[in-house]
Amino acid sequence: MTLNMGPQHPSTHGVLRVALELDGETIVAAKPIIGYLHTGMEKQAEYKTYTQSIPQTDRMDYLAPLSNNLAFCLAAEKLLGIEAPPRAQAVRVLLTELTRINSHCVWLGTHALDIGAMTVFFYCWREREGFLTLQDMVCGARMTASYFRVGGLSMDIPEGWLDRCQAFVDAMPAHIDEYEQLLSKNPIWMGRTKEVAPLSAKDAIALGATGPTLRGSGVSWDLRKAQPYSGYDHYDFEVPVGTVGDAYDRYMVRVREMRQSTRIADQAIRRIREIGPGDYRLRDYKYVLPPKEDVKTSMEALIHHFKIVAHGFFPPVGEAYQAVEAPKGELGFYFISDGTPRPWRMKVRAPSFVNLQTLPIMVRGRLVADVIAAIGSLDIVLGEIDR
Amino acid sequence: MTVLAPAGLEERIEERLRARFPGMALRRQIGPAVRELILFVPAASIVEVCAFLRDDPELDFAMLSFVAGVDYLPREPRFEVIYSLLSLSRNARLHLKVQLPGENPRVPTVTGVWPTANWHEREAFDFYGIEFTGHPDLTRILLPEDWVGWPLRKDSPLGYEEVAFTHNTPRRTKPSPELKRLAPKKVKTRAQ
Repeated sequence: MTLNMGPQHPSTHGVLRVALELDGETIVAAKPIIGYLHTGMEKQAEYKTYTQSIPQTDRMDYLAPLSNNLAFCLAAEKLLGIEAPPRAQAVRVLLTELTRINSHCVWLGTHALDIGAMTVFFYCWREREGFLTLQDMVCGARMTASYFRVGGLSMDIPEGWLDRCQAFVDAMPAHIDEYEQLLSKNPIWMGRTKEVAPLSAKDAIALGATGPTLRGSGVSWDLRKAQPYSGYDHYDFEVPVGTVGDAYDRYMVRVREMRQSTRIADQAIRRIREIGPGDYRLRDYKYVLPPKEDVKTSMEALIHHFKIVAHGFFPPVGEAYQAVEAPKGELGFYFISDGTPRPWRMKVRAPSFVNLQTLPIMVRGRLVADVIAAIGSLDIVLGEIDR
Repeated sequence: MTVLAPAGLEERIEERLRARFPGMALRRQIGPAVRELILFVPAASIVEVCAFLRDDPELDFAMLSFVAGVDYLPREPRFEVIYSLLSLSRNARLHLKVQLPGENPRVPTVTGVWPTANWHEREAFDFYGIEFTGHPDLTRILLPEDWVGWPLRKDSPLGYEEVAFTHNTPRRTKPSPELKRLAPKKVKTRAQ
């Protein structure tokens, strides 16, 4: 029997459709069918300047917009051969780690809700609200941040914001303990996730899985450690890995990652304080907008402002690929520049798109109810898969 | 800039490839702002090269990060396919490129080497109409099955087009004249 799960099924996290080939209640084959959210972002990017594409990236992984901003900006910076100032880098690290906590909170809440544990959802949403307020304070948007720019940040962090971040970070370990108390030793949770949807390390690598999906299978691979960017080599943190690669392992990896993110965020706050007030974006006005105050007083700044807003910046002819460790895995942007202010080609390497390919292997020979747990444990975002 | 590969590995990759495939045309892409190690490989030998790079114990490119198509209209060869390889044990990235003609672009599939190529190649087929011969399921992945055309080709227009779906307006067989008057169809290509 063929059964369609989705595209309107609430536990497919958006508009994913899975065509299940069933024998009784056992799954013979599963085929994910995607594309319901396709908006042609890669095509649109070819008609926009680099800066104009940043808001587009928010809409890919809308649970971690800042990670997408970061990957985009780092790739463009690599193409230009520039680097953001230290203060901007530390703020970027702080915000992307808080974003990771937020993304994992959404994942944990919805994953638990799918399996039937409703309480966790409300706890997670409480912390998500806390993060969204912080994000709102810094850039004025709760969902679509667009806060990072090529060469730094769009504006400096507001006064008193770091104290609020510190309070959030200090409170987080106790909240993670709460989640763990509700789930980690919960017999129903363990029954629904232990030995469910297993993925061997060999399959995970062959299928290109990254992020917690790969680490859950016991492969210690984290781009923050392996290929550090934004000064991640200065931060002290561990990379949690699983052992057998089932849904429970992936759960454990993400929960422990939240603790590590708390640690990194704590260090980042200290680092920002150490660096003190300073440039939040480069003063290279060929690529970066001059400060707004200067535009009103200096003719030269006005010209730079006008040129960058009207034309965009002109990168050299070349190619660059930069990947970051987003909450879902390796998120990369590949730019091909022909020397004009618009990229000739922008390729997005979306982690959810690749990770979803492991679903058929995970659920083969298992029960329909396990598909829900498998999809939940993959932590996919359809905006990023379909782009 | 972050140094990805250990020192000397870039030369080592080229060296090993040349030793293994002596007659093959292998060319490194150079340019002022080419920030990656990019090697051009003939389309016919892409599968062998990939299998070698994966199985070679010294290089060990166990993972394929992504596959992407590129359209260089009006240049000939018009299309390129980029393969982004990742070696977990050596902590290195390598990009392979294949150039394809504008007429009937086709290249052998690497799904046999890395199963992850399956969806990436479907995406490149979907966007550019590049045929991956031997692919187990070469169908559209992101666009609807009945879509006509290859949207990411440079001669494919962005907007100002007739609506593709009229399922909720059954009486309308063609777009209304007003629609065309408001926005004349103008094909914009960014050909150099």
